[in-house]
Order: sequence, then C-alpha cells, then structure tokens
Amino acid sequence: MSNYVIEMLGIRKEFPGIVANDNINLQVEEGEIHAILGENGAGKSTLMSILFGLYQADKGVIKVRGKEVSIHSPNDANDLGIGMVHQHFQLVHNFTVAENIILGKEGSFVYDIKKASKKIKEISERYGLAIEPDMVIEDITVGMQQRVEILKMLYRDADILIFDEPTAVLTPQEIDELMNIMRNLAAEGKSIIIITHKLEEIKAVAKRCTVIRRGKFIDIVDVATTSAAEMAALMVGRPVNFKVEKQESVPGEPILSVKNLNVMNAKKVLGVSDFSLDVRAGEIVGIAGVDGNGQSELVEAICGLKPIESGSVYLNGKDITNISIKERNDLGLAHIPEDRQKRGLILNAPLTTNMVIKEFDKAPFSSKGILNYSEIEEYSKKIIERFDVRSGEGINSRAGKLSGGNQQKAIVGREITSQPELLIAVNPTRGLDVGAIEYIHKELVAERDKGKAVLLISFELDEIFNLSDRIAVINAGKLIDIVNTKETDAHSVGLMMAGIKKEA
Amino acid sequence: MAKNTVKIKKPLMEIPFIKSMIVSLTTVLLGLIVGGILIIAIGKNPIEGFQKIVFGAVSNTRRVGNTIAYATQLILVGLSVAFAFKTGLFNIGGAGQMLMGGLMASIWAHNVTFLPQPIYYLSLILVAGISGAIWGLVPGLLKAKFNVHEVVGTIMFNWIAYWIVYDAVKVFIVDPTIIVKSKPIPMQQSLRTEWLASITQHSYFNIGFFIAIIAVVVIWFILEKTTLGFNLKAVGSNRYCAEYAGIKVNRSIVISMGIAGCLAGLAGLTYFLGFSNIMEIGKSPSEGFDGIAVALLGNSNPLGVFISALFFGMLKMGKGSLTAIGIPTEIADTIIAIIIYFTATSVIIQGFWEKIIKKHSEKKLLKQAKEEK
Ligand SMILES: Nc1ncnc2c1ncn2[C@@H]1O[C@H](COP(=O)(O)OP(=O)(O)OP(=O)(O)O)[C@@H](O)[C@H]1O
Ligand SMILES: [Mg+2]
Repeated sequence: MSNYVIEMLGIRKEFPGIVANDNINLQVEEGEIHAILGENGAGKSTLMSILFGLYQADKGVIKVRGKEVSIHSPNDANDLGIGMVHQHFQLVHNFTVAENIILGKEGSFVYDIKKASKKIKEISERYGLAIEPDMVIEDITVGMQQRVEILKMLYRDADILIFDEPTAVLTPQEIDELMNIMRNLAAEGKSIIIITHKLEEIKAVAKRCTVIRRGKFIDIVDVATTSAAEMAALMVGRPVNFKVEKQESVPGEPILSVKNLNVMNAKKVLGVSDFSLDVRAGEIVGIAGVDGNGQSELVEAICGLKPIESGSVYLNGKDITNISIKERNDLGLAHIPEDRQKRGLILNAPLTTNMVIKEFDKAPFSSKGILNYSEIEEYSKKIIERFDVRSGEGINSRAGKLSGGNQQKAIVGREITSQPELLIAVNPTRGLDVGAIEYIHKELVAERDKGKAVLLISFELDEIFNLSDRIAVINAGKLIDIVNTKETDAHSVGLMMAGIKKEA
Repeated sequence: MAKNTVKIKKPLMEIPFIKSMIVSLTTVLLGLIVGGILIIAIGKNPIEGFQKIVFGAVSNTRRVGNTIAYATQLILVGLSVAFAFKTGLFNIGGAGQMLMGGLMASIWAHNVTFLPQPIYYLSLILVAGISGAIWGLVPGLLKAKFNVHEVVGTIMFNWIAYWIVYDAVKVFIVDPTIIVKSKPIPMQQSLRTEWLASITQHSYFNIGFFIAIIAVVVIWFILEKTTLGFNLKAVGSNRYCAEYAGIKVNRSIVISMGIAGCLAGLAGLTYFLGFSNIMEIGKSPSEGFDGIAVALLGNSNPLGVFISALFFGMLKMGKGSLTAIGIPTEIADTIIAIIIYFTATSVIIQGFWEKIIKKHSEKKLLKQAKEEK
C-alpha cells in the first residue's frame, strides 16, 4: 500500500484548441506540503479544479487515500475531506466570520452560532490563525480574509488543503504568516498542495515539487536538494536570469509631475496627502510601501479614475489635472491596473476586443466609425506573439478563459505596445511565472531606455530594487522620502515604509 | 504554436449563434410541451390545439398579413430591449416610448397632409423615432446624472406618457363621436397601402414591416461593425474596464437609451399607424413588455429577435382560434410565460446539450479506437 493521500494518474483535460492537462501525474504524501510549479497556462489551476470537482477530467484516475473516487462537484470533494482556497475569496462582505463559515454548510438551516463560534475559536488557536468569530469580513485585511477561507476548510474537517496562488494577493509580512500557518497545518497531519510562482516560497515550505510544462508532467523533485535555479530551469526549459541587466539611467526632462496632491480614499479621509513626485524621461521610479498606504489612490488620481481634492498633475509639461481619461490616454499615459479582472479586461469579450479597448476609435482600427477587423486582428496577434500570451483559441479566446498569468501578460502587452510616454505599472508581474517575469522586466527596462518614464508600484521589494532607478517611499499617503536605489538598502527602505525617516 | 495545441474542429455548441439557437428552440419546445400538458389537463387534444393556433396565424394570406403586422411591433420593441441589454441596461419603458412615438406620429398624420409620399413616410419615421428617443434619453440622463436606476426611470416615463396620451388625444385628434378614441387615420396618411392590402386580402400588413427589417439590419450593423457598438458593448460588459479605457460611460448610457427609445418609438409608429389606425386613451400597449420576452428568447441578437418576434406574433394572433375547440386563449399566454421561465434557465439547458453532445462524440471516439484495433 502506498501512503499517498492523493494520486492523480494520467489526467487529461482538453479545452477547445488546447490540451490543458496531458497525461499528468500527481502524488501527494500524507502530511506533506506539495508544491506545483509550472509556467503560466501550464494547467495547474485546471488540475486543481479537477481535483476539487469543478471540472471533470476527460481521462485519468483519481485516488484519495488509495481508493479510486469520482469527484463530480465541490460537495463530493468536501465529503472526501478536500478543501480549496481560491485566488478570489468567496466571502460575504457584511457577514461575520462565523456566519461566513457556517454559510453553505449542509444542515445549517438551524444553527447554533455559539457552538460554531466556539469551534472556530478552537481551530483558530490551534493553528495560530488569529481570527475572532465575530469579526466582520469587510473590516479585516486581505490576509485575514484568506485565513478565514482556511478556517472554513478546517471547520469542514478538510484534511487535504489546496491553495491556488495564495500569496499573489498578500504583503510580504502576510506571506510569512501564511507560511507559518502551513507548517503548523502540516505538522498536525494535514496534506497541502500549493501552487505558486515564487520559488523562495516553495523552498521555504514544500517537501516535494511537481513540475509541469505546457500541460505535461515534467518531473517531481525533492525541494531540499534542488536549487531554485534548477527548479526554474526545469519549469521553463531553459536557465532563467533573476537579476535584471540594466545600464545606468540617463534621465531627461520630467514626464510626470505630481504637485501637492491630495486625494480622498474610500473612507472619505485623505488617502494621499500633499504628495509631490517627478518621474523623468528615461527613468524608472518605484513606489515602495505597505499595501493600503495610498498607492491605489495616487495611481487612480493620476489616471483620472478618482477625483482629486487639490494639487495638480502634469504630463509632459501639460496640466492634465482636470482633463478626461480619454485625453490622458491620448497624451501617452498607459496604466497596468492593480486589479486585472475589474479594470484590466472585459472577461467575456475576445482578446481582439481587449487588445484595442483604448484605441478602437483610432486609425487603423477604425475609420469613420466603422471597425476594421483585419487590422484589429493583426495588431492583437502581434501582441500575443510578442508577449507569449497562451490560450486555446489565440486572439479569439475570451479573456476570461485565459489562465491568470496569461491575462496579466495580455494587459502588460497591450499597455507597452501602445507606445506610451508614461507607463504606470501596478504590480506588473503579479501571478507571472519566473520566465515571464524576466521578460516583462526586460521590456520595462527597454521602455526606460527608449526615453519613456515608468512609475512602478509593487508590493515586492525585490522587484522595486531590481528595476527602479529611484525609490519613493509612501506611508499613510505621505511621501516619506525619495532615494537613489544605489544609495540605499532594503533595511532603510523597510524602516521608511514603517514611517520612520532616517536622518541623514 | 504551442506544442500541445491541437486543431480540434469547432463543435457546434461552440459557435455562439448556433448555441443560442439550440437553447432557444429547446425552451420553445419545453414551453409547448407544458402547454400541451395543460391542454390535456382540461380534456382537450393538444395537437389539435396547436394546429388551431397555426391555422389562426397563417392559414390564408390575410392571416399571414395580420400576423406579420402584429409581429412588426414585437420586432422593434424586442430590438429596443435587446439593444439596451447589450449595453447592460434594462429598458422596460417600451410602452411609454411606443405611446409617445405613436401619439406624435398620429398628430403629425392628421395635420401634415401636403408632403409627397416618400418624404411623408420619412417625416413620420423621424417624428416617431425622435419622440421615442426622447422618452428613452431622459431616463438615461437621470441614470447618468442622478443615478436613478433606469428601471425606475422608464417606468415613471411609462406613466407620464400614459397621461400625456390621455389628454393629448382629447385635445388634438379626438374622434368627436367616441371621445375615448382618436379619429381613424386615413389610409394614405398611414403606413397601410392599397397595394399591400390588396395582396393580403385586406389585412393590416403595412410598410412598418419593412421599417422593422431595416432596423434589424441597422442595429446588427451598429453592434457588430461600428465603434459605437464596440463602445456600448464594452460599457455593458464591464463598465469599470470601459471607464479605465477612456470610454465615457455616462454618455454611452444616454446614447444607448436614446437608441433603444427610438426603436420603441418606431414600434409605436407601426402599431398606431399601421396595425391599428387609432389611439385609445387609458390604454398602454402590452407589446412594450412583450418585447422583453422577445429579446430574451432571441438572446438579444438582432436576427434572433426577428425570429422570436415572428414566433410570438404567431402565438398571439393564432390563439383566438383556440376558442373554436373550447380551449381558453389564455393557454397561449401561458405558453409564452413558460417559455420565458425556461429562457431564464438557459444555462441549465445549455449544460444539458453540451453533455449530450460530449457523450456522443466520446462514443464515436471509442468506436473509432475499437475499429483501429
Ligand atoms: N474554461 C476554460 N475554457 C477554455 N480554456 C481554458 C479554460 N480554463 C483554462 N483554459 C486554458 O487551459 C490552459 C491552462 O490553464 P490554467 O488556468 O490551468 O493554467 P495555470 O497553470 O493555472 O496558469 P497560471 O499560472 O497563469 O494561473 C490555458 O491555456 C487556458 O487558456
Ligand atoms: Mg492558475
């Protein structure tokens, strides 16, 4: 008898035009943290959706604790003790933690909230989740919401836990917490499958790692004896360069000037206050800060998506404070948005529509109000080829059918291809595999070298340090300081992110 | 090309138009089955019942003419609702927009008797279209400026139109003998023509049908081929993304409601100056709401709307003949209602067909594999 809790053997799943899973094997041991590594679109989410009953495999066998099973729905999966934390949480925002956790559990027409709360508290303490049952979802951070999702699985007695890119939405501190929680869970005998593109996370928690590429099983490796570079090479099929090669920048005139900007946030208090910043031609300025310190408000105000209280914004010397979004875009502002599914894409429209969404009313994509489909198709093809956007039906695929990382690549491709003067990139590589990150980083530097201005907002300090020529640190909506990347280090930027300004 | 991409022939269900056709036909079939069961329940023969409906709708050229004349309004209101749907808006102001289009066109018809025929028709279209458009535009503006939901706005405007007609008919075009009705519009001032009447045994068939066909083509063209359609559909699918892309969301809402209102205004023209030739006060055309069903069954696709309007037109015009065999005409309305309910479950129906087709193709593959062995 094997001691595998999960065995997926010879799994195959086709979508129109693509084989998402082609004879994939996955074997997870009891009490193990098992990582799945693969490029964007390799078929990881598809494989997990099959295990969780969201999709049916066309071929293959699934065994849970040695017994062959058929999983037709998430309910079946629950019954087998399988739980999943999706990348987009499924919580009711104005409900409490306890209510969310009982919600949807069978036989919950009449429920004993006290008893439930007690159980929630117990679980929370046991695994160090730090969740109180009567907290309301909308008042807690994203990291805590994720822990509620974890609690939900545990409350339902799941002992096989699936995490699909759980760290993509977390801050570095939250990621550390999650890693600890995972270790606790494994120590208690839970088996965990984690999908992540971040190799250091795999190194930190996983015992073994299954690598897949373009739908096919490539290898299974022992994490302790395999280096991150080796894993990356296995997954991409070639060595990956983690360090961005770039020359010294030769900045020119300011392209973006933000002067004494004040912006209200959703809670109607100043989210950005008295903020001034220049981004010059030929430089990348990174904004470092803990999530929620005014980055979103700053970007939305510059792009015209949010009204400002006072202050002004200049693009190429032109006052754009009060002009429409369209006019800003036409003046050469491009923006990789924070939330790719909300702002970045029309999910139910094909890629063609999405690739020209900002430019469909200009030549050559249309003339005199009539669309020119062949031009649109050609342009879209160019983008998806250059940025390696993979999908079943090419430019005719609906954006929503793309894997998360490929959606991101499509947006980044669209924005860079539009030849902007100023590119505002918010977490441009969120959800991308290391190969794609390498490529996007190169492209961003290439933009800079062409004399464009790049404003980079990222929650990953590594990315900020790798790309930026100067780093602006934001805390509580205020600019703490702006420093040359060469003359600083992660420690002092970290201090500034906490609001402490080092006296020179 | 990626290594593992294979060229699979597109299954039928993957072609959007075919897919929605199959789903719509299934809902119709289900509606008819339930209707049939109801007919059996009252002790009648359902086959005979359906025969009667078809008989009533198309058994001679006069009936065909009347059915088409009735379906004309449904096509236009259906298009109106469908167009708004595509922009993410719910236009239930069809009734009010029809009333305003019909009222203004009627007043025009009674007073403007000096224009040469083609120009006169054009003027009618303009008058009715613009009146309807205003009745859609204003609720659109209310939504854009004050965030009044378009459902509330259009319902409000239905009532305003209702009361305007109530007074305006009496003031401007009243029939002195029957003060609850307007004077009938003489044939040469209406959309009816001698020639169309003569080839359809004096049915109500009128040039409104050709207006409707043109509208179907124009709306299809706008939605599929123009930047305006691109713009409106983008707003309808994801307004946050549209906003981000620089599309003026509020302006799109107003334009879309204007066009939707215009279409329903034209429906008022074909109804009050074609299918009928009078306006009664205190009556609101139910076609304004039937248009919603038409749009749903037609999956908001212009051609789909055209077909489903003809189908609903047949049911409505043919149902009178049911009484001949003692079946209450309400059965036909029930069938329509059931079809609408099933349309709401179209996702389930789609899933059903997808499963069946998949099983079928799997069997085929198995067979092939066996033969190869
Ligand atoms: N519902 C669907 N319909 C059509 N194609 C799909 C569907 N879901 C996934 N695909 C395709 O299957 C392939 C694998 O997708 P999947 O989401 O499993 O990738 P992934 O490995 O999770 O990638 P990422 O790291 O970018 O999240 C992709 O090419 C995707 O376009
Ligand atoms: Mg994925």
